[in-house]
Amino acid sequence: MSVQGLIRLGDNTLILGQRLSEWCGHGPALEEDIALANTALDLIGQTQLWLGLAAERSGNGQTADTLAYHRDAWDFRNLLLVEQPNKDFAVTMMRQFLFDTWHYEMLNALTDHIDPEISAIAQKSVKEVTYHRERSTDTVIALGDGTDESHTRMQTALDRLWPYVGEMFSADEDDLMDMAALRPKFDVHLSETLQESTLTQPESDFFHQGGKTGARHSEHLGHMLATMQVLPRSYPDAKW
Amino acid sequence: MYAQMIKSEATQDDPEKVAAFQARIDAGDKIEPKDWMPEGYRKTLIRQIGQHAHSEIVGQLPEGNWITRAPTLERKAILLAKVQDEAGHGLYLYCAAETLGVSRDELTEMLLDGRMKYSSIFAYPTLTWADMGAVGWLVDGAAIMNQVPLQRTSYGPYARAMVRICKEESFHQRQGFDVMMKMANGTAAQKRMAQDALNRLWYPSLMMFGPSDSDSVHSEQSMAWKIKMNGNDELRQKFVDQTVPQAEYLGLTIPDENLKWNDAKGGYDFSQPDWSEFFDVLKGNGPCSVERIEARQKAWDDGAWVREARMAHAAKKRAQKIAAE
Repeated sequence: MSVQGLIRLGDNTLILGQRLSEWCGHGPALEEDIALANTALDLIGQTQLWLGLAAERSGNGQTADTLAYHRDAWDFRNLLLVEQPNKDFAVTMMRQFLFDTWHYEMLNALTDHIDPEISAIAQKSVKEVTYHRERSTDTVIALGDGTDESHTRMQTALDRLWPYVGEMFSADEDDLMDMAALRPKFDVHLSETLQESTLTQPESDFFHQGGKTGARHSEHLGHMLATMQVLPRSYPDAKW
Repeated sequence: MYAQMIKSEATQDDPEKVAAFQARIDAGDKIEPKDWMPEGYRKTLIRQIGQHAHSEIVGQLPEGNWITRAPTLERKAILLAKVQDEAGHGLYLYCAAETLGVSRDELTEMLLDGRMKYSSIFAYPTLTWADMGAVGWLVDGAAIMNQVPLQRTSYGPYARAMVRICKEESFHQRQGFDVMMKMANGTAAQKRMAQDALNRLWYPSLMMFGPSDSDSVHSEQSMAWKIKMNGNDELRQKFVDQTVPQAEYLGLTIPDENLKWNDAKGGYDFSQPDWSEFFDVLKGNGPCSVERIEARQKAWDDGAWVREARMAHAAKKRAQKIAAE
C-alpha cells in the first residue's frame, strides 16, 4: 500500500479546501457563501483522515498537521487542477464540478478497497462528495444555461480548466487504484451535464502533468503554502 | 451590541389599537407577522434585525481573514464551521426581517449605501491568531449577553431565530476561550499575542453594548415593546463581571488601571471606553470601515451575474414546465 497514494488524496482535499476557504465572506449570495464554506469544511475533514492515515502508515512520527504544514511545494502531490486560482465564481464552480465528478467516481471505487481503513474513509467521504457533485452540477447547468454573460463566463472557465482534466486519469503505481478506469463514467456525467448547460466540451486532449507526481507544480502552489503554513513555520515551538 | 443605537421610530397609529397591542406585549404574547402592529414597531424591528443580520455578514470578514492561515487542520475546520454558522445566522435574521415586509436585497443595498449600520466591533482589524480567540471569547461573549434575553423578545420570528443563534454562539465563545487558553499558556510569543489581542479588543468589546443608558434616548420605547430587553449599562456591567475572572484565569491583564472590585455594588468598577472613538466608528471612520464595505460591495457587484443567471435559469425551467403541462 502506497503512502504516496494516500498523500495524493489528502493533498487534493487540502489544497482545494484551502482554495475554497478564500471565498469566505465574499460569495455572490449568502447561500453560495455557506455552500462554499461547507464544501471547504468537508474537504478539510477528509484531509485530516487521509493525511492522518498517511502519517500513521509512514511510521516516522509525522501527523496530518506536520504533513500539511511542514512540507514545501515539491513534496505536495495534489492535482494541478485544485491549485488553480479561484478567479471568478465561474472558474471556481467549473473547477469544483470537474473535481467533484472525478472525486465521486474515485471514492465510489475506493469503497471496495481491500484495505479496510481506506475503504472506511472512502465510504464516509463519498456521502459528502455525492452532495458536492450534485450542487456543482446544478450550478454548472444553471449558470451555463442562465444568461448570455453567465454562459460566456462558464464556457471560458471550462476552456481555461480543460488542460487540467487529463491529469486526473493519468495512472501510475503510486495510485491506490486504476485512475484511467474512471474516465468512461466521468465522461458520461460530463457530457450529460454540459449538454444540459448548453456548454461545449473542448476537443483538445492535451493535458498538463506534474501535480500528482510533484515533478512540476504551477507557480500558484508556493503562494498558497506561504499563506497556509505561515504560523507553524514562523513559530515552530508553538502548540495551537 | 450587534444592534447599536437603534432609534425607535415614531408611531402615528390609532391609539386604541396601539393600547391593545401594548397590552398583548405586556401579557407576554408573541407578535406574529400577520398580526396588526404599530408602524413604529415594524420599522424599528426592521432596523434592529437588519443591523443584526448585517453584523453577522460583515462579521465574517475579520474571522475569514484568518481561515487561510489557521495553524492546524482542526483549527481551520473549527473556524470554517464558525464563520459558516455566522452566515447562517445572517440568513435566519434576513428571513425574520423579510416577514416585516422588506427584502434581503433592499436591506443589503441599505448596508452598502450607508443607510444601515453593522456593529462597531467589526470595523476593527484582526491582526494575529490570538484575535481569533479574543473575538470568540470577548465579542461572542458580549453578543450572548444581549442575545440570550432576546430569545424572549416580543416578535415571534426574531425570538425563534435567536433561540437557534444562541445555541451556536455559546459554542463559538467556548472555542474562542479554548484558543485563548492555548495562547496564554503557550510560548512567550503566543502569550504576547494573547495580551495584545486583549489590549486591542477590550474597549471595542465594551462599546458593543452602546453608550450609557443616560445618553441613550431610544431605549424606553424599545423596552416597552420588548425588543430591547436590558439596559446597556446593566449588560456591560454583567459582561465585565463575567470576563474579569476569566482573564485572571488566563493570566492576562485587562488594560484598565481603574478596574477594581466594588463590594458595595457587588461588581467591578471599570473605565468607560472612549465614546468619541465609538461615534467615529459609527460614522464610518473605524480602522477597517472602508475595507469592510468595499469587500461587501465587491461581493455584491461581482456576484450580480450569478444571481441574475440563477433567476434566468429558474424562469426558463418554469416556462418549460408550464409548456409541458
